[in-house]
Amino acid sequence: MPTLFHNVWNAHSVRTLPSGQTQLFVGLHLIHEVTSPQAFDMIRQHGWRVAFPERTFATVDHIVPTSVQKRPFIDLTAEEMTSVLERNCHEYGIQLYAPGASGGEHQGIVHVIGPEMGLTQPGMTIACGDSHTSTHGALGAIAFGIGTSQVRDVLASQSLALDPLKVRRINVDGHLRPGVFAKDVILTIIRRLGVQGGVGFAYEYGGSTVDRMTIDERMTMCNMSIEGGARVGYINPDDTTFRYIEGRPFAPQGPAFTRAVEWWRQIASTPDAEYDDVVHIDAGSIEPTVTWGINPGQSVGIHEAIATNADEEALTFMGFKAGARVEGTRIDVAFIGSCTNGRLSDLEEAAKIVKGRHVAPHVKALVVPGSQAVSRAAVARGLDQVFTNAGFEWRGAGCSMCLAMNPDKLEGNQICASSSNRNFKGRQGSPTGRTLLMSPAMVAAAAVSGEVVDVRAMLDEVHA
Amino acid sequence: MPAITSIAGRGLPLRGDDLDTDRIMPARFLRAVTFEGLENHVFEDDKKDNPNHPFNDAKYKGAAILVVNSNFGCGSSREHAPQGLARYGIQAIVGESFSEIFLGNSAVLGIPCFTAEKTAIEHLQAAIEKSPDLVIEADVANGVVSAGTLGIEATVPSGLRDAFVTDQWNPTAMLLADFDKVRAIAKGLPYVSGF
Repeated sequence: MPTLFHNVWNAHSVRTLPSGQTQLFVGLHLIHEVTSPQAFDMIRQHGWRVAFPERTFATVDHIVPTSVQKRPFIDLTAEEMTSVLERNCHEYGIQLYAPGASGGEHQGIVHVIGPEMGLTQPGMTIACGDSHTSTHGALGAIAFGIGTSQVRDVLASQSLALDPLKVRRINVDGHLRPGVFAKDVILTIIRRLGVQGGVGFAYEYGGSTVDRMTIDERMTMCNMSIEGGARVGYINPDDTTFRYIEGRPFAPQGPAFTRAVEWWRQIASTPDAEYDDVVHIDAGSIEPTVTWGINPGQSVGIHEAIATNADEEALTFMGFKAGARVEGTRIDVAFIGSCTNGRLSDLEEAAKIVKGRHVAPHVKALVVPGSQAVSRAAVARGLDQVFTNAGFEWRGAGCSMCLAMNPDKLEGNQICASSSNRNFKGRQGSPTGRTLLMSPAMVAAAAVSGEVVDVRAMLDEVHA
Repeated sequence: MPAITSIAGRGLPLRGDDLDTDRIMPARFLRAVTFEGLENHVFEDDKKDNPNHPFNDAKYKGAAILVVNSNFGCGSSREHAPQGLARYGIQAIVGESFSEIFLGNSAVLGIPCFTAEKTAIEHLQAAIEKSPDLVIEADVANGVVSAGTLGIEATVPSGLRDAFVTDQWNPTAMLLADFDKVRAIAKGLPYVSGF
């Protein structure tokens, strides 16, 4: 029996191209300022039009400053790239959410605003010029990261030339222990299956642990599918999904919503669906997890030693010795944000740890909400005060220090406890900067302790 | 757009697994609205860090065929990475495995990514290191990469292989060729028609 992947693939297959690839219709196209300008230039050169402008939505996130978001931006390149996107969207009739323009209050990281606006829906195909597009799979969509020439193709034809993927079912069963989060689950999966393990596969996550997860948690899981090599990650839509979508600005309303739920249930994988591979993960055995290396598969449980045969290049770059622990590593910077962990629930979990404590004197700590809507919701709950009282900087929405295309970057060989998704060499803006990936609660714990610690010790204090 | 059946040129062996696109093209070079000049920044930080980096090595200057190990181009979907390599002069990449997004981005630029067994890649890298002037021939149609007396089985995924040899590797025109079908599929999707 078919999986959701196959159902969605079949529903969106336009035709088999002469090459044997499939022409796949793209239901939702999301664009941002960094990977789209060249695509617009190409369609302009060829005299193509945008085929379905109402199916493309734009925002600015990658380069956008998070300190002051008043236009014009102080960073002239950021201003130029935003202006170019504004002109392109205006010329082709595409909805843009950017600071300083109408709809600007909806600006945010493209993978945060899609779901929160109700644009992301089950059964859709979604493409965006960003590898973390897999995030949208949390709502039962099949979502692909693409390059700029493919952005051009989607603009021009609302479709892509693709080969189908195999499907690996990843069952996560059991109860996560307190202080263990979706981030720890996905880091554990990537460690187990490897950073290349998902090449050629879509990852379908399920099992009792995933069934109980909120959509925010599911997004954290699907977001990092690409770090395991899987271009697509998804979770079958269920009542949690439908409740999340209902009432959002672009969600179907009234009787249409009822009909939509019916269709969404139909396209999900059936219990007897056949998979190319099945993997089981025991949730109860997962520890708070931190990376020690230069790819997201190089991680350990917080009390675990780095393997004695660990990769030499990674150890040297990071300054760790084989057999050592990451626990106790002094940090310089703490970053809470990104499309992986920049949502309201992430900030809430971090705030629980931060409340009543203070950032260690030697640590620079920042919170960058994933969207302006996340920021507003957090402010309404007083979270901004919790963070600023503790010595965190409270910023505007954007990708910020996840990839450091704006002024938020590491200096020299600083070590950053980060809730983001990649610990690649140079990722956070300094060629020698070092990234330790972990959950937002673990980042918060590291920020106030000045070093990497087990957040669970602090949870006990919170509860006491 | 010509058919690409075979590429010949000198090789550039670049050893290492999981070389991500942040390393190929650091994000600060994405701060521009064109791809111009990216050839000057390929592996910039790795080159600075390592004077012996193959991209620093004069004997590989002018190479057209990059030979890499596994999971090359993982991470970010930035087309700036293959754009930089293409503008640098790379016309084909042979490796153990590639990230799918990178492989697709390269294909659209007319750069086939060939996949071969680990030991075959090691032999090829060693052959180039020994004789940098060796002319490598990467045959898309037949799935063979040869270097002097060495010949290895190296294939491009079949859909892309056929696209290369039938000059349809840049697919926009093809995707627009039967646009009525695109409209028909759209019309039949419940979420497009508003449920």
